[in-house]
Amino acid sequence: MPAEKIMLLGVNHKTTPVEIREKIALSEGYEKPLMALKSIRGLREYYLLSTCNRVEFLLVTDAAASVEEAIIEFIFGSQVSITDCRKYLYILNGRDAVHHLFLVAASLDSMVVGEAQILGQLKEAYRHASHLGCTGPLLNKLLHKSFSAAKRVRTETAIGSSAVSISYAAVQLARKIFGNLKDKKVLIVGAGEMAELAAEHLVGQGVGEVVVANRTLARAVDLAKRFSGCAVSIDELVSQLEHVDIIISSTGATDIILHKEQVKSVMRSRKNRPLFFIDIAVPRDLDPQLIELENVYLYDIDDLSSVVEVNKTERDKEAIKASRIVDEETLKFQRWYRGMAVTPTIQALRKKIDVIGQNEIEKTFAKVPDMSEKEREIMRKMVGSIGAKILHNPMVYLKSESCAGRDNSDMKVTIVRELFGLTNGDGEQ
Amino acid sequence: MDEISYLVFLTAMGVTFLAMAAYVVFFVSQNKRVRKVARIILMVSGVLQTLYLGSRFILAGHTPITSMHETVVFFAWSTTWAYLSFRWRYTVKNFGTFVSVLIFGLLLVSTFSSRDIVQLVPALQSLWLPVHAGVSIIAYGFFSLAFCGALMYLLQENELKSKRFGFFFSRLPSLDALDQLNNHCLTIGFAFFTLGIVTGSVWARQAWGTYWQWDPKETWSLITWFLYLVQVHQRFTVGWRGKRAAIMAIIGFIAVTFSLWGVSYLLGGVHSYAG
Repeated sequence: MPAEKIMLLGVNHKTTPVEIREKIALSEGYEKPLMALKSIRGLREYYLLSTCNRVEFLLVTDAAASVEEAIIEFIFGSQVSITDCRKYLYILNGRDAVHHLFLVAASLDSMVVGEAQILGQLKEAYRHASHLGCTGPLLNKLLHKSFSAAKRVRTETAIGSSAVSISYAAVQLARKIFGNLKDKKVLIVGAGEMAELAAEHLVGQGVGEVVVANRTLARAVDLAKRFSGCAVSIDELVSQLEHVDIIISSTGATDIILHKEQVKSVMRSRKNRPLFFIDIAVPRDLDPQLIELENVYLYDIDDLSSVVEVNKTERDKEAIKASRIVDEETLKFQRWYRGMAVTPTIQALRKKIDVIGQNEIEKTFAKVPDMSEKEREIMRKMVGSIGAKILHNPMVYLKSESCAGRDNSDMKVTIVRELFGLTNGDGEQ
Repeated sequence: MDEISYLVFLTAMGVTFLAMAAYVVFFVSQNKRVRKVARIILMVSGVLQTLYLGSRFILAGHTPITSMHETVVFFAWSTTWAYLSFRWRYTVKNFGTFVSVLIFGLLLVSTFSSRDIVQLVPALQSLWLPVHAGVSIIAYGFFSLAFCGALMYLLQENELKSKRFGFFFSRLPSLDALDQLNNHCLTIGFAFFTLGIVTGSVWARQAWGTYWQWDPKETWSLITWFLYLVQVHQRFTVGWRGKRAAIMAIIGFIAVTFSLWGVSYLLGGVHSYAG
């Protein structure tokens, strides 16, 4: 294995409560944090992904321990104590990091498995990083691999259709409750990807108005703009219930954000007009007892999928297939990555030159049959030393110490491999 | 004449049965062509019921609503036409299936009581008879539609709340449509019912000299009227709707049927059709 390490640090909706995630979410886009990371020593390549459910750093480094510390400090700042940080953060190395990245890209790590937005977010994050020159040959390769792995999962399994069908189911249920959706209002609580998708479907079906409530108002405003709706703060949730009809919740809060009693009090002032709740969040956002209230309908993801008769075992089967694909792609990448080291490159280069020399000598010997054994020996030596002379400079180049403290052997290996046409592991190179 | 009239009645029953069967087939298969056929058959049944009532009118010489048999047929007739007129304005998915079952049930029930023609005492031979009885029976027609809608609402609500989306879920209309149906039918029915009570009261003044005499049927009608009044009032003020309104519609319908049968059989009084 090469000396440098692929490392992935991150927090997501499974490990970290939303309050913490919000503190570390990058609200001002990618540019600033990406530029700030440049100052960390020992960081060779990096990229970062920030969505409402996760913040992840993928890096290539040769001084793992010190970089790890620096990144943790960068992520959490001074807002969270260092022991807490360790509790929330997952740090993956080498193969595990690659595997995780592929899982995320294939939407197997999402709140709603199979939703398609994550790949777009990944691509955008990568675009920012590569624009600013933060990624190098290794990450470029790795991220492109993750895109193609995700694509494979999408085309070879039916995992994507379940997310789409879930929002389709939400529309169907809304239809069975409200009949006509024209004058109905949707409230999106928490700016999650799946909520967005479901809202999109509802708007496509003619829902009149969209309201977005979120802890951070900025995100709410962004999302509301997409549906030309309005944004409210999450504290207004209960008072908003008086005016809306459909509520899609996906905040990823650790506790229930809306209790039965709160909704009960609203129903009076609503004159009992029905309320339709969709709880997409894991763990749940909404009190499961809401369903006991008259004219209140509450469904979670599993309920929704039973509407469209996507049965759970079928979905699980697809998920197994998908994770098999991810494993496969991880293995392929590993094979390629191993080949990327300096020593195997030198060996491959030597072997290539040797084989060429051998072949040419055999051809020449065949043309001049009456050559004596001594002459043949001389010829062999000559071909060998031509090869060695040709190889000398590339070898020196590959083995040379890093210049100006930066190790760019990845780049050198890539150049030499391309120059000499050395294929490696996977055929697509 | 009597035989022809009976023949018409039997045909009407047969046709209604066919309409019901076609509606049930449509409910299961959801084939739109079947629904069209069912609807036409039901219309034919409506016409036949009208013809039958017409023949009874000729036979009796007064509005045929004085015997139990006639009253129930009239009930079926008004339900049929209330449904068909309703269907004219807007459709509620698969409503016809439930209504046709009820209509056939009513016609079936009517066969159990005597088809003999009841001669009216001279005091009751007045123009008020068709007005009072007609208006009341139209109200009953709409109440029975509300009853069917309420049953459908409860079925659909149960599917939605239990989260088991089975046979009825895809076949029944939206809760909102059913609730609106309930609301419309109750409002129309309530208006006619009120009119029925008022005309009855005026007629009673003419026939017996007093507006109200607490005859059991009057009392029960008043109870029924209050049941519907509460419902209309509550919907208007605090927004009673959905399940609660559906249950109230069913209770109201039970009260209606009781004041139609129960009172006559159990309690008697000036309205009783015993002769």
